[in-house]
Amino acid sequence: MAENGIGASLKRKEDPRLLLGKGSYVDDINRPGQAYAAFVRSPHAHANIKSINSTAAAAAPGVVAIFTGDDMAADEVGPLICGWAISSKDGSPMNMPHHTCLAQGKVTYVGDHVAIVIADTQEQAKDAAELVEVDYEELSAVVGTADADAAGAPQLHENAPNNTCFDWHLADNKADVDAAFAGAAHVTKLDILNNRLVPNAMEPRAAVGDYERSTDSLTLYTTSQNPHVARLVLSAFFGIAPEHKLRVVAPDVGGGFGSKIYVYSEETACLWAARKIDRAVKWTADRAESFVSDAHGRDHVTTVELALDGDAKFLAMRCSTKANLGGYMSLFSSAVPTYMYATLLAGQYTTPQIYAEVKTVFTNTTPVDAYRGAGRPEATYALERVVEAAARELNIDPAELRRRNLIQPDQFPYETPVVHTYDCGDYGASLDKAIEIADYAGFAARRDQSKAGGKLRGIGFSNYIEACGIAPSAAVGALGGGVGLWEAAQVRFNPTGNVTVFTGTHAHGQGHETAFAQVVADQLGVPVENVEVVHGDTDKGPFGMGTYGSRSIAVGGSAIVKAGEKIIAKGRKIAAHLLEAAEDDIEFTDGNFTVAGTDKALNIGEVAFAAYVPHNYPEGVEPGLDESAFYDPLNFSFPSGTHICEVEVDPDTGTVEIVNYTAVDDFGTLINPMIVAGQVHGGIVQGVGQALTEGAAYDPDSGQLVNGSFMDYTMPRADNVPSFNIDTTETPSPLNPLGVKGCGEAGAIAAPAAVMNAITDALGTENIDMPATPEKVWRAAQAAG
Amino acid sequence: MPTVSMTVNGQAVSGEVEDRTLLVQFLRENLRLTGTHVGCDTSQCGACVVHVNGDSMKSCSMLALQAEGAEVTTIEGLASNGELNPMQQAFMDNHGLQCGFCTPGMVMSAMDLVAKNPNPDEATIRENLEGNLCRCTGYHNIVKAVQQAAKTMGG
Amino acid sequence: MYNFNYQRASSLDDAVAKLGAASDGTLLAGGQTLIPTLKQRLASHSDVIDLSGIGDLRGISADGGGVTVGALTRHAEVAASADVPAALAALADGIGDPQVRNCGTLGGSIANADPAADYPAAVLGLGATVNTNLRSIAADDFFTGLFETALNDGEIITSVTFPTPQKAGYAKFPNPASRYAMVGVFAAQMGDGVRVAVTGAGPCVFRVAEMESALAGNWSADAVAGISVSADGLNSDLHGSAEYRAHLVTVMAKRAVAAAG
Repeated sequence: MAENGIGASLKRKEDPRLLLGKGSYVDDINRPGQAYAAFVRSPHAHANIKSINSTAAAAAPGVVAIFTGDDMAADEVGPLICGWAISSKDGSPMNMPHHTCLAQGKVTYVGDHVAIVIADTQEQAKDAAELVEVDYEELSAVVGTADADAAGAPQLHENAPNNTCFDWHLADNKADVDAAFAGAAHVTKLDILNNRLVPNAMEPRAAVGDYERSTDSLTLYTTSQNPHVARLVLSAFFGIAPEHKLRVVAPDVGGGFGSKIYVYSEETACLWAARKIDRAVKWTADRAESFVSDAHGRDHVTTVELALDGDAKFLAMRCSTKANLGGYMSLFSSAVPTYMYATLLAGQYTTPQIYAEVKTVFTNTTPVDAYRGAGRPEATYALERVVEAAARELNIDPAELRRRNLIQPDQFPYETPVVHTYDCGDYGASLDKAIEIADYAGFAARRDQSKAGGKLRGIGFSNYIEACGIAPSAAVGALGGGVGLWEAAQVRFNPTGNVTVFTGTHAHGQGHETAFAQVVADQLGVPVENVEVVHGDTDKGPFGMGTYGSRSIAVGGSAIVKAGEKIIAKGRKIAAHLLEAAEDDIEFTDGNFTVAGTDKALNIGEVAFAAYVPHNYPEGVEPGLDESAFYDPLNFSFPSGTHICEVEVDPDTGTVEIVNYTAVDDFGTLINPMIVAGQVHGGIVQGVGQALTEGAAYDPDSGQLVNGSFMDYTMPRADNVPSFNIDTTETPSPLNPLGVKGCGEAGAIAAPAAVMNAITDALGTENIDMPATPEKVWRAAQAAG
Repeated sequence: MPTVSMTVNGQAVSGEVEDRTLLVQFLRENLRLTGTHVGCDTSQCGACVVHVNGDSMKSCSMLALQAEGAEVTTIEGLASNGELNPMQQAFMDNHGLQCGFCTPGMVMSAMDLVAKNPNPDEATIRENLEGNLCRCTGYHNIVKAVQQAAKTMGG
Repeated sequence: MYNFNYQRASSLDDAVAKLGAASDGTLLAGGQTLIPTLKQRLASHSDVIDLSGIGDLRGISADGGGVTVGALTRHAEVAASADVPAALAALADGIGDPQVRNCGTLGGSIANADPAADYPAAVLGLGATVNTNLRSIAADDFFTGLFETALNDGEIITSVTFPTPQKAGYAKFPNPASRYAMVGVFAAQMGDGVRVAVTGAGPCVFRVAEMESALAGNWSADAVAGISVSADGLNSDLHGSAEYRAHLVTVMAKRAVAAAG
């Protein structure tokens, strides 16, 4: 292993520039002569647009141009898209509404885009946007997930009767599952809500569209998790420019969490407008805009039931969910509550039969899309809450009930009843380790101690599984996905022996520049400081699918390894020639090509130099040492683990304090344990935020987002959470060359159930909905006496 | 437009601003010191924290004209000759940053914290960072970084 | 932010003159409420008159029966002061976050009279006197309603004089998002009786007479444990119903008394 290769907690290469204030985020970029955009947004949740009068706004100081949906339609800008087609139970296709970049005729949520106003300065654009007179015919709004398909509910889209997008199930086995329930010794049932979350990456979304008339080419600087996909969508679907005339740059991006996957109206309009006015157009969201215009996450209403036999073995599970899509569909909004959700309901257990049905509904709210975990936190929450509830009803220790139903290490590959085949794992090992670290044995004494101090203490488990490394292209296609989800890489030796690596993934906090360099250093025996990883620019490196779903190391990292293998293979030919040996006799270790059994060797740097100065060179071999690879994964990867949360509740106020949080995760091989731990910490706090503090609240009548700022939307702060006890177990995935599984979402997936199981344990109540705000907890404590 | 003058990172600077120009806008747009970020509109997130006359303040909640004559230090002013200062180094050593967007404000707040409280315990650190939001790190490693920095900075 | 005319006042008289000359002027102290409000275009003013250049409005001076805090004294300075009652310092140390405390001022806070601000609880709870360029106003007369005070046009707070309590304590249940007071209770044993002031719970800071008389007879947390305020007219929002706030008034009153010792 190379020094600072795989397994080393190498300090990040990204850090010096970010710590010195020298990062380059989109809002840091100014283009010569740029103008600034502001958007006219709907103040109403649901309205017809009768007319738009921009005369006064156009006369305001500094105004350059004002465009509406009609202007974009005249240029035949295509509608915004959803990338995954889902069919209903009856086989009918989903009802996807027409979603124009700027509204035409109708708005369906507060913040919906009505017009773009472009002026010389940002403040002038905002001043003028207020002068655009829009005559709205207000309509009744529906915001609640449960009410959206009720008779008489206001209808959002003509092609979506009863506000229903699709009514899907997995799979056609309801009768069998019902029969299993009928014969069960015990059934546990829970009605739960999975609250709507606002992603709130700390960097607000931003875009600079730039146009070069002499070449008729466009450049978009944008806060994207997937710049190549953004270019594809902007070109193929929206028709802004052909791909070869469009460059998309996602430089340093300040967090994504799924919210920067979607290709939104704002960046599309800025890019399109740049050509219209022959001038760069810049837009940066203020936080109030982020709250209403960044795709939200989750928002499910679910009934989940678990059937158990007399030995408390799981017999079957039924899960019925209604998922809120918001006003329109988003890029992954159909896949998240279906194939990213129901397929994970087996969890870590041997439950033989599962039936899940999901109805998706439109409401007058901000569109919903992937948010850290995307479907898998919802599945884990439903499953781990009902398992914990069953344990309490049956008076079985919750750890014991789980242990009794775990898939065993010798059962892999394990085919679940809900599509997936798990690669590997040792779920009992993480459960045992977590129990030890959390000192589960000492909990009873700690609870007594809390009680003596007037506090209520509770403990909760969450055994999670996730499907990461999205995904095998053929499988994705078979399930309705519109793209392949392979990844691409290019490993370029420079003549002087250092290496530039291009990846189609995109890092926005995950540390790819460091971790991917470690992979290359390890594989090719090059010092890690001699490896530079480049990403985020469609003009640099191969087309790639981007970063989401904890896919980057499993798919993108594997692509790099594949390219590295080609480098070694070619280097072997060159080295054999130079060392006057047979190619089969050349061994490659630690960066050296050696003739087996001799001390004759060439370093890979020397081979690279020879490849670029091929004076003495093997016949038929191309010069240069620069290889590309595409990697299409064989399967998803399946990280897993056990999280245990311990809380103390103040029954006088309802305040919940997390006093102890333990996470033991199995991510397979760890490339950089320091970075992995950081991902876990951050994920846990997002999960804790969902459980305790966060939740978008809409006024049911007006459809206004009630908590649309940090003054009212409770973000977790440093003093809301403790330090965490985290550890890992390791079962390397047999399905990719690195043995990795992905670690980006685990914390957010596991934490909500662990926290809520702990709170309900402390209170002795069956259920309390997220977020468990002080008042809710206080009321539950009062009711529980 | 009025002219504002101040000292930023030890250098005398001045520029024309609108009356409504915020200090953070002056730093970012007039001086192109883009290390100071804007993450909210309500003075909650702390991405814009700089030091004004030695105290940490939110540069999004102060007019540029209010800083007339002031000594301002931004994230760009901490390092000398490109070398990370002890707080910056501690953030790097402890993986106290991921996407880096909150980091400049977080570091500036942490500098003020340690200056006024050289031996902070974990609870003190967490309480004193309440004006800085981070969505990536879960704060765990930020707290560790501040602890390390407090030690190396002679607490 | 809508544009405005920024002016720096050189003296109180200058500030009054500038304010009088402006069509719709406002005063800028620490700016921690005003600037975010302007930024979000929730307010607009023709003129913003900065008081920070008026040096004699800043500082803390103790005298015989109490302590006088200049209107432009920042929260951090009050928090760090050994001259102010400990409960007042602790209250100041809990306002906003460290950066807000480095800018925000006492005068700015009470002139704004945000129903969820901390300072009004101390001003009313200690029976302080609000001094202006024109007169002195008793705390009981100062806060008149939601964001409303007894200040007249052209009247500027210069300082607040706090009498020294025998015992005093403040307990706050913060709004989890904004960290303003959802309920804050200041309880003080003064030479002339007990005062209990509640902020955050209602549209305006208010006193609880029943708690005051109970504590006058028995200064202990138990004395207020059984006393509850009516939920009628209390604030109700996403973070807490009126009923919950009413409950918290009792809980925070107990904790304020306990903190006072």
